[in-house]
Amino acid sequence: MNPKAIVCKDLTKKFGDFKAVDHISFDVEQGEIFGFLGANGAGKTTAMRMLCGLSFPSSGSATVAGFDVFRQQEKIKASIGYMSQKFSLYENLTVSENIQFYGGVYGLSRSEIKQRGEEMVSTLGLKNEAKKLVGELPLGWKQKLAFSVAIFHRPKIVFLDEPTGGVDPITRRQFWDLIYEAASTGITVFVTTHYMDEAEYCKRISVMVDGRVEALDTPANLKKEYNTHSMDEVFYQLARRAQRTAD
Amino acid sequence: MKVLGFILQKEFRQIFRDKTILAMMFALPIIQLIILPLAANFEVKNVNVAVVDYDRSSFSQKLINKIASSGYFRIVGNTISYRDALKLIEKNDADIMLEIPQGFERNLVREGSQQLNMSVDAINGTKSAIGSGYLTAVLKDFNRSLEVNINSVNSSAMVQSSVIDITYSDWFNPRREYKYYMVPGILVLLLTLIGGFMAALNIVREKEIGTIEQINVTPMKKWQFILGKLIPFWIVGMIVFTIGLTVMYIVYGIFPKGSIPVLYLFAAVYLVALLGFGLLISTFSNSQLQAMFVAFFFMMIFMLMSGFFTSIDSMPNWARQMSNLTPVTHFITVVRLIVLKGSGLWQVRQEMYYLIGFALLLNGCAIFNYRKTS
Amino acid sequence: MKYFINWHVAPKEPQINMKQLFAFIRKEFYHVFRDKRTLLILFGLPVVQIVLFGFALSSEVKNIGISIFDNAHDNNSEQIINRIKTSSYFLLKDPVISYNEIEERFKEGSIKCAVIFPANFSNDLSHFGKAEIQIITDGSDPNTATILVNYLSAIISSYQSQLKPAQGISYQIIPQVRQLYNVEQNGSLNFIPGVIALIFMIVSTALTSVSIVKEKELGTMEILLVSPLKPIMVLIAKAVPYLVLSIINFIIILALSVYLLDVHIKGSLALIFFESIIFIITCLSLGLLISNVTNNQQTAMLISMMGMMLPTILFTGFMFPIENMPVIFQIISHIIPSSYYYIIIKAVMLKGLGFSYVWKETLILTGMAVFLLTIALKNFKIRLT
Repeated sequence: MNPKAIVCKDLTKKFGDFKAVDHISFDVEQGEIFGFLGANGAGKTTAMRMLCGLSFPSSGSATVAGFDVFRQQEKIKASIGYMSQKFSLYENLTVSENIQFYGGVYGLSRSEIKQRGEEMVSTLGLKNEAKKLVGELPLGWKQKLAFSVAIFHRPKIVFLDEPTGGVDPITRRQFWDLIYEAASTGITVFVTTHYMDEAEYCKRISVMVDGRVEALDTPANLKKEYNTHSMDEVFYQLARRAQRTAD
Repeated sequence: MKVLGFILQKEFRQIFRDKTILAMMFALPIIQLIILPLAANFEVKNVNVAVVDYDRSSFSQKLINKIASSGYFRIVGNTISYRDALKLIEKNDADIMLEIPQGFERNLVREGSQQLNMSVDAINGTKSAIGSGYLTAVLKDFNRSLEVNINSVNSSAMVQSSVIDITYSDWFNPRREYKYYMVPGILVLLLTLIGGFMAALNIVREKEIGTIEQINVTPMKKWQFILGKLIPFWIVGMIVFTIGLTVMYIVYGIFPKGSIPVLYLFAAVYLVALLGFGLLISTFSNSQLQAMFVAFFFMMIFMLMSGFFTSIDSMPNWARQMSNLTPVTHFITVVRLIVLKGSGLWQVRQEMYYLIGFALLLNGCAIFNYRKTS
Repeated sequence: MKYFINWHVAPKEPQINMKQLFAFIRKEFYHVFRDKRTLLILFGLPVVQIVLFGFALSSEVKNIGISIFDNAHDNNSEQIINRIKTSSYFLLKDPVISYNEIEERFKEGSIKCAVIFPANFSNDLSHFGKAEIQIITDGSDPNTATILVNYLSAIISSYQSQLKPAQGISYQIIPQVRQLYNVEQNGSLNFIPGVIALIFMIVSTALTSVSIVKEKELGTMEILLVSPLKPIMVLIAKAVPYLVLSIINFIIILALSVYLLDVHIKGSLALIFFESIIFIITCLSLGLLISNVTNNQQTAMLISMMGMMLPTILFTGFMFPIENMPVIFQIISHIIPSSYYYIIIKAVMLKGLGFSYVWKETLILTGMAVFLLTIALKNFKIRLT
């Protein structure tokens, strides 16, 4: 039996009296594309940060890639990739230099970096831009590059926090092509988004409202359950009950 | 170690691409070492004296002439009105007011003594202390020459009054030039700015952009991250120190009397301490503005208390203790000692202990405070 | 950015919409007061400076380490040594027995001064009526060295006159020194107006410019400019919180000076206040100007700190004496507004003088304020169209 990529049970994060994440429980299978949906302020980013080892949970338990989120954070970090909302590439370094840096940090050898790096750059179509500063690239390419850098070291799981903000639908589509490709090599993809059409691309999704997981199923089942044809409607019905507004 | 290599590669690339840092590295030492000593000249020259001469005799005129020709003073007013002279002080045209009483010579001979009133604009402490000191000395001199004259006339009644002659000599700065005192201190200021501000701002900038989060999610170890920031800026600091020493020599002709390697050793430890401080600040700040203000606040306190502007000896006990608790104080003391007096490592070992202590403490706190997981 | 709203064609409102303005000002206050850390530093800065300058820092010369190289060991030398010991200017350290030791101590920094008595001190004095004492000072701080020699000379000559009082006919000219304006002997009081000027610069120039530029960076500036609020109102709203902060700081500094340092504010408070407002306006205009020329927070900060604050610290005259500086710097000193403010406050607050003494400086300062404000506003308008 394949061990699950992510398991969490009653995971909670409190800031003072405020429960940002309130006893969430779910699993993610290996190789799955899991969509983590919710309105702004629902607690998505906070939950994800706990799973990445960036923040200590207040209570509950979780394992990521088989490692415990409380005590084995460094091991988790070696097995995952991460792409934040701000992309986190260095704007004043070139494409190659960014690749080189992150490759090195994850322990790849210089030759591995060189080889994989060249492959990656040509796959992305960035061969001519390899020596350009990242700051000079248009947004869509920055996003694709950031994603590729996040999976450069072939992690077991990659966490994506709202990766497609601010670009046109075509570019978003291209981005998701990259995600599918990654998933086909066995990487588990955990992605948060509030674009409901992207929800359709995921195998299973969960919807967070006010810090709790209010729905967890495949898109098809959810649409049946809520008697609608679009994920937008499903989301709308769930999010209406929310009391929290944007952060 | 391999990872550290990658980190350093990235840091150096970024530093040399950042025009502001490069400009600061080279322009700052030059500007500071040239402009500051020109501005920061505490020499007391040209003390302005307003004389209120009620006597108006050739005798009082002799005194006034003596004062004028002493080289320290400028007579800016000679009136018989106290109010007029006071006005000069109020307008900042005069620093000292000297009142010569009526019948000066006559009363001196008759009563054996005369009092001259000196009113000093005490708002400027240094000038008034030194100015009144000089003036008193000139008066005493005038007094002495009087005695010699009068006594030689009345030689029959002459008893040689014992005279204790004082000879004095200045070591280490025979020409009493202020720049010898200020320039080494400015060198320290330079290093302090680089160490305290640059590293701190750099890290906070990464916080603001979000790349710190990206780093926190990688398996990069704390020590690798910290060393990755310390080492490049330490090297920048040492380069700036070298540039500073060079400028000091070329522009001012000041060549350290003591051992240069020892000087570098101290600079190295001092930089580590200060970078640790910058690191510590960065763990507390969320924005560059905040970091800049916090750093500025502490740097200002350190510089004021360090003995750069005012001497530590004159501080009350509590202030002196506080001064000992800042790394800047010790480094300034050492630089002055080594550059101007040629002190050796053994003679300044205490300062080295302090600096090492600071380096360990500050960096320790910074490392402890920096959390990859919050 | 082209704005197609033509301000001249807009319906003329009989008065500025005050409610909107106040709402805006209130929002600005929230922004400012929410950043607790910066606020802490803003208020802490002047307090710390006043405490330090008032109590810890002084240009007085006291507690100087001194050692005696006594070759005489006789009554006279011991008497003089005693006087040195009891003087508060000096801190007597262990005696030395060679020039080398003196040099060693200088190098360690434990003494700054040494007095040397020759072997036959008393003998020479009584037989020849003349003896020599040698003083060696550490000249690395020239002013201290000078003062030390003065002190020592005074001690020695007072001993001498006590030794042989009124020998023959001697005429004593006795200088009596009186301190004006600083009876409390608070080191140097120059710094108080200097600290005030510095704080105004930091708050009104640096922070204001950064705040406006931040708004530009975030993009919210455009939203504001497109609102029915006139652009001037936007600027006023941004400036008001910092104006208030400056005034609060000013009051704190004054209060501290009076209650903590026992400084007597001799002149008219109203005049001080009036002049300060003019200066604050000057600073605010500078802040506005800076925000006009850049869209980058870092640059705004850099210009404010390097371009404004540094010259203020160096060339206003409260830290370093202007008269010693080369001509170029003196010219700079005459261009920066803080020098005039400094002269005015010193005269009014510390010397108690009235308007008649500072009317010239006030005129210049006002002129600068008006000039800068006009340019800043014109520049701002130009950038809109």
